Amino acid sequence: MPKRFAAIWFRYLLTDQLAIRRPSLREKPVAIVTLDHGRKVIVALNAKAIRSGLQTGMTVADAQVLLGDLQIFDDKPGRNLKLLKGLAEWCLRYTPLVAIDPPDGLLLDVTGCTHLKGGEKAYLTEIYQRLKDIGYDVRPAIADTIGAAWGVSRCASNGLLVTAGQHRNALMPLPPSALRLPTPLLLKLHELGLYQISSFIHMPKSVLRRRFGKDLVLRLYQALGQEAEFLFPLKEPVPYTERLDCLEPVKTRPAIEIALQDLLERLCKRLHSEGLGMRKATLTWYRVDGKSGHITIGTNHATHRSPHLFKLFFIHLDEVAPGLGIELFTLDADATEPLSNKQSDLWAGKPWADSEQVAELLDRIASRGEIRHYLPDEHYWPERSSKTDSISAQPQNDWREDKPRPIQLLEPPEPVEAMALTPDYPPKQFIHRGTRHVIVGADGPERIENEWWIDTNTQRDYFIVEDEQGRRYWIFRTTDRWFLHGYFA
Amino acid sequence: MNARKEELIAKLRQDIIAWEGYRPPEAGSNVSLGLGPVETAFPNSIFPTGTIHEVLSATPEDTAACGAFLCGLLSRLLADGGACLWISWSRRIYPPALKRFGLNADRIIFVDVPIQKDVLWIAEEALKCEGVAAVICETTALTFMESRRLLLAVETSRVTGFILRKGVKNANSTACTARWQIRPVRSSLRPGMPGVGHPRWQVDLLKVKNGQPGSWTLEWKNKSFKVVTPQPTIQIQRRYA
Repeated sequence: MPKRFAAIWFRYLLTDQLAIRRPSLREKPVAIVTLDHGRKVIVALNAKAIRSGLQTGMTVADAQVLLGDLQIFDDKPGRNLKLLKGLAEWCLRYTPLVAIDPPDGLLLDVTGCTHLKGGEKAYLTEIYQRLKDIGYDVRPAIADTIGAAWGVSRCASNGLLVTAGQHRNALMPLPPSALRLPTPLLLKLHELGLYQISSFIHMPKSVLRRRFGKDLVLRLYQALGQEAEFLFPLKEPVPYTERLDCLEPVKTRPAIEIALQDLLERLCKRLHSEGLGMRKATLTWYRVDGKSGHITIGTNHATHRSPHLFKLFFIHLDEVAPGLGIELFTLDADATEPLSNKQSDLWAGKPWADSEQVAELLDRIASRGEIRHYLPDEHYWPERSSKTDSISAQPQNDWREDKPRPIQLLEPPEPVEAMALTPDYPPKQFIHRGTRHVIVGADGPERIENEWWIDTNTQRDYFIVEDEQGRRYWIFRTTDRWFLHGYFA
Repeated sequence: MNARKEELIAKLRQDIIAWEGYRPPEAGSNVSLGLGPVETAFPNSIFPTGTIHEVLSATPEDTAACGAFLCGLLSRLLADGGACLWISWSRRIYPPALKRFGLNADRIIFVDVPIQKDVLWIAEEALKCEGVAAVICETTALTFMESRRLLLAVETSRVTGFILRKGVKNANSTACTARWQIRPVRSSLRPGMPGVGHPRWQVDLLKVKNGQPGSWTLEWKNKSFKVVTPQPTIQIQRRYA
């Protein structure tokens, strides 16, 4: 399929955005200024100010002489990029490949997308009209190459839709500024009387390169489609994605659920046919008022069962704020994995955690609780004797059994007041939280040292003690203080 | 004549138990949990699986004893396979210690819940899942309605659930099949030996549906439960290790 690109030029990006927030500014000349060497210089103007004869680059003092009622606003650096990024995200409804073209444009790869809106003409009209409704004055153009679309949108007086193969003819009458050239080069071309692209398009490549440098040649041939040029899309397209355009904006919960179900079924069918399962998925919605949001879910185990995935999304569906209505849903499978077609063990009774049922249960639980799976770790220090790992991980070594360990461990250890008759002997009694425990039996000490290569070198002498009522504790002594570290069964 | 009468009464007892909603465990499953004489308290002398047990503990020391007792039961329950979930809000259980009670901690999926009221939601979800063998849910409060819901959840899935209730002062009535209370008691060694003996607990079965409540002193020794008859402790001069 031959490539088609669209360029959207926001003629008054910054001032339009101001006017959207303050509609009263629509009828007044507006200038956005920035400080440059101690002077205030105009960087952006609205249509009315330009019609009155102002230009960007003028100082504010000069402009105010010409126009007394000029409204002046300070510029924030990076504002246009932020706006363009927002607009590019909004434009994802037209094509998945949208790139930012600073300072005031967007580039869209519309190959194979235009028929969704009923042809290229309707596509362009919709982009124009929708952005106009929001408040942006734009000039969108479609052509075979990025360069041609860019030039036509900026410089052509009409004919914004360049039919396939006609981009060369469309470029002919345009000025050299349609080629994205630096200003010194444009001035040079102007001095030489080359006012139109047609005046130098026929010159041999070597002549152009010698006289004007390789920039002009590159840009010219890019516009003509003889040099490659690539878009850097805002969002990498996901290979497994489904979109649902709503005929009418939806805002009710059942409608959102139906949309989600429909998307999941389509995506799962595709994944199923390719033997893949989803590990991570994102549902994104685009609202009528230009806002969007998303929900991401993850699974423990690759799956393409849509009822299960629906349940996972269902838990988060409250986060969908439809506002005035949602017009587009997209569902991306961000991470996919080949399905493991494990034969279930027929004879082993109930399966373990890698069974599908349990994996689905854990996915559901993961939204409310933290799932931990412990494996033995080769450390004596009690806090480090186990480590957490993924559910499917198998222990590499056995759990140690040679030393008794308390069934409940206090983290951190709680200080106790203990009384020992003889140094290095277990205490006779200890007081924990105001309760006195008289010790009648004790085992120990067991010295455990902290690994000096991990932490500071400290040591603990642990005793297992039993009090008069049969309650068993694990207490330890550091150099001078006693701590309760756990309860034995 | 007398023998026939007893036979008849035993038969009638069986029927009544069945009418009261008791379902015998599935054929071929591991029915004995190694509780020994304690199992006579249960209907048909079989530990009721596929239902909800409630374990009460008042102090952290009791909770530790309950945890160990449950680990001992789980080591048998999980012998047939199946996943096990330990759901808690403020967990203190120390995974390396479970080995002593015959259980590998890597067989258990621990779920730590930041919000206390979500514990029962997760427990219900887990109890409904047929791939799960046992669920342990640590909670403080459990109302009658909540216990009823949990019981309904296991009706079809036949998962065994243990509700480990912490800090219980006055237990309210619940729909659970059995109610246990486990407290640590003095361990005993051979007279004259210093140190701390095997874990020993006072196990009270306060309530059991269609069974006989009872009270035993159990000891965990050589990876199994042993019923001991408490001897009057001879007060001797203890020496330390």
